Amino acid sequence: MTLQNTKTFPQGGVHPANNKLTADQPIQDLPLPASVSVHLGQHIGKPAAPVIRVGDTVKVGQLIARADGFISAAVHAPVSGRIEKFIDVMDQTGYKKPAVVIRTDGDHWQEGIDLSPDLVTDIKADGETIIQKIADAGIIGMGGAGFPTHVKLRPPEGKTIEYLLINGVECEPFLTSDHRLMLEKGHELVVGIKILLKALRINKAMIGIEDNKKDAIELLRQHAAAERQIEIYPLKVWYPQGGERQLIKSLTQREIPPPPKGLPVDVGCAVFNVATTLAVYEAVQKNKPCMDRVVTITGAGLTNPGNFRVRVGTFVTQLIEAAGGLPDNAGKILSGGPMMGKALPQTDIPITKTMGGIVIFPANQACRKPSMECIRCAKCVSVCPLGLEPYLLMTLSEKGLWERAREERMLSCCECACCQYICPSNRPLLDYIRYGKSVLTQMLRAEKNHE
Amino acid sequence: MAKVIAALMPAFIVGAYVFGIRAIAVTAVAVVSAVGFEFLIQKFILKVPVSVTDGSAVITGILLAFNLPSAIPLWMVIIGSLVAIGIGKMAFGGLGKNPFNPALVGRIFLLISFPVSMTSWPKPLLHRLAWTDGITAATPLGIFKEAARAGQTFSDILPQMPTYWDLFMGKMGGCIGEISALALLLGGAYLLWQRVITWHIPVSMIGSIFILTGIAWMIHPGQYPDPVFQILTGGVMLGAIFMATDYVTSPMTGKGMLIFGAGIGLITVAIRLFGAYPEGVSFAILIMNAFVPLINRLCKPHRFGE
Repeated sequence: MTLQNTKTFPQGGVHPANNKLTADQPIQDLPLPASVSVHLGQHIGKPAAPVIRVGDTVKVGQLIARADGFISAAVHAPVSGRIEKFIDVMDQTGYKKPAVVIRTDGDHWQEGIDLSPDLVTDIKADGETIIQKIADAGIIGMGGAGFPTHVKLRPPEGKTIEYLLINGVECEPFLTSDHRLMLEKGHELVVGIKILLKALRINKAMIGIEDNKKDAIELLRQHAAAERQIEIYPLKVWYPQGGERQLIKSLTQREIPPPPKGLPVDVGCAVFNVATTLAVYEAVQKNKPCMDRVVTITGAGLTNPGNFRVRVGTFVTQLIEAAGGLPDNAGKILSGGPMMGKALPQTDIPITKTMGGIVIFPANQACRKPSMECIRCAKCVSVCPLGLEPYLLMTLSEKGLWERAREERMLSCCECACCQYICPSNRPLLDYIRYGKSVLTQMLRAEKNHE
Repeated sequence: MAKVIAALMPAFIVGAYVFGIRAIAVTAVAVVSAVGFEFLIQKFILKVPVSVTDGSAVITGILLAFNLPSAIPLWMVIIGSLVAIGIGKMAFGGLGKNPFNPALVGRIFLLISFPVSMTSWPKPLLHRLAWTDGITAATPLGIFKEAARAGQTFSDILPQMPTYWDLFMGKMGGCIGEISALALLLGGAYLLWQRVITWHIPVSMIGSIFILTGIAWMIHPGQYPDPVFQILTGGVMLGAIFMATDYVTSPMTGKGMLIFGAGIGLITVAIRLFGAYPEGVSFAILIMNAFVPLINRLCKPHRFGE
């Protein structure tokens, strides 16, 4: 055994079982759906404004809604066909949100999109053009946050970016879509990183990959061997290694100031997920907008779990069918991994640009264990990667002591769920903290409006 | 909880070996009465769901017994359990809510109420099968305190003392569970390995006692016992590994635990060297228990990004 020096963050974290059942399943194309329901607000910020009308015919990759405002992102047709209607469709949060329904008539692509598998290494576009292309392609943070990518490439006045960090950690158990992308699209990823470096006008990129993906680390090291500005760092298998704040800490030893103010740019970093970086490659080198993504569909009961390239707007139902159908004993369907994923209210929910995985749990694992008294074992405090005291935050939330909750930094919580994972009394710590965060956020907003 | 009970077993075996059937009887009575009182109080007084199966009352019973001399009348053990569970734990709302270590509340109540029975220590390894009237012998710390009162120094009484090896193995007078440092350290190592406890409290408590008594010893070698003697006698090991580390009554952060352990060490040494009692670990832990909310308020974890 060779001792490899893996980096990590120093505070908190847990090690849940990996359960990467689909790590060896190559990415397959999901059959085209008969229709898609494309949400206009898949990103953080203002929903996109439609530029098509009911009855219009669109091609794959055609703009159907433009970015509306500074923090917004364009939306493109994921299939070719006829715009059937504008309707509110339930998204993964359970709320109905505006969407466009397109009836598929085939797979006719917009002209100018390069569909060949050839690698295009020569980056012709200059920095400004790159950013414009990324904005036009509607690329958003595909790791889950959904922040418009082009906004991150233009640091605010007075702030500079030194490091480009690529997040290939994928620390959530079960999920493997980023892992497969790194294995299958390694060359493209390297070009994507070079594009981002060019747009940011810097020459230092670090890829962080959890050490349980040694094949991806090895492969990317080979691909990037000639690129002196790109370095690959194996990171300790330790959840939440892929959290933005933890990744920056692990790779640069810097700590982002706490929210609501702190952003990666405050410590000279810009962080992009692997899938986002590949979308950048496709947009800039191939003219292909962001209208599909790789989604892991997995769970012990599935007959055919795998990694599928899915057109945005496809219902989760169809993805489950491709994976062998919903198992009889299915008890819970999560969007995302078991640590941070959210239970879906139903399966007729369209895939968005930010959904990287669907995990299905059998009924006997879906049930929560009864909550018992807090015995003050302090395990929640010791695993919190942000140095919070979850047991205390829960009590403050229960008692409605909001001023104190604010002083105790409740809003810093990143909802990684380490506390709830470790709690020997199965206490619903994160449920209470989430509730508390929403109350505090409202209070802050009210105060701001009052001023 | 099962892990803590398992970790207490080496010390129980040594206690039973050294003090015989009385030690087993005292422990059994303490456990049964602690569990029984918890059951009765939950069911008939508080009228809440009965939770005796969680094992916490078993641990309280064992720890209470470990803090008692084996010759103590069994009815006193039952009173000790009632105070430990009833006043130490249930009066505050049960598991997780009590500010003071319940077993120590029981012990201190008995110590103050029945000082003679609580300080009659059967001589080790004698009369192991006898139920009553064994020959008693003072604990090493008791011998020292008596001698100090009589104006003698530690050097004068050194010949009466057990060897370090006997102290380490547990061949001395004392409470049932406190005598063998080896057995207690074995249990502590298991708890550390299983991540039931962290190193902070045992290290800071034993370390501070070692350092503070070491300073006194260096100032007046001969007058005061040396630091190795200090950490091997009395309740230091039992207190540091099993009593002060009680989740409910100890601080929540590593920094807080270090302060808590050092505070216990400081108070223990003050009582041992300058107080009326020969031993002070129990009082020290209870006094520091009272400071835990304050310590939690002052010792915050490192907040990310601040």
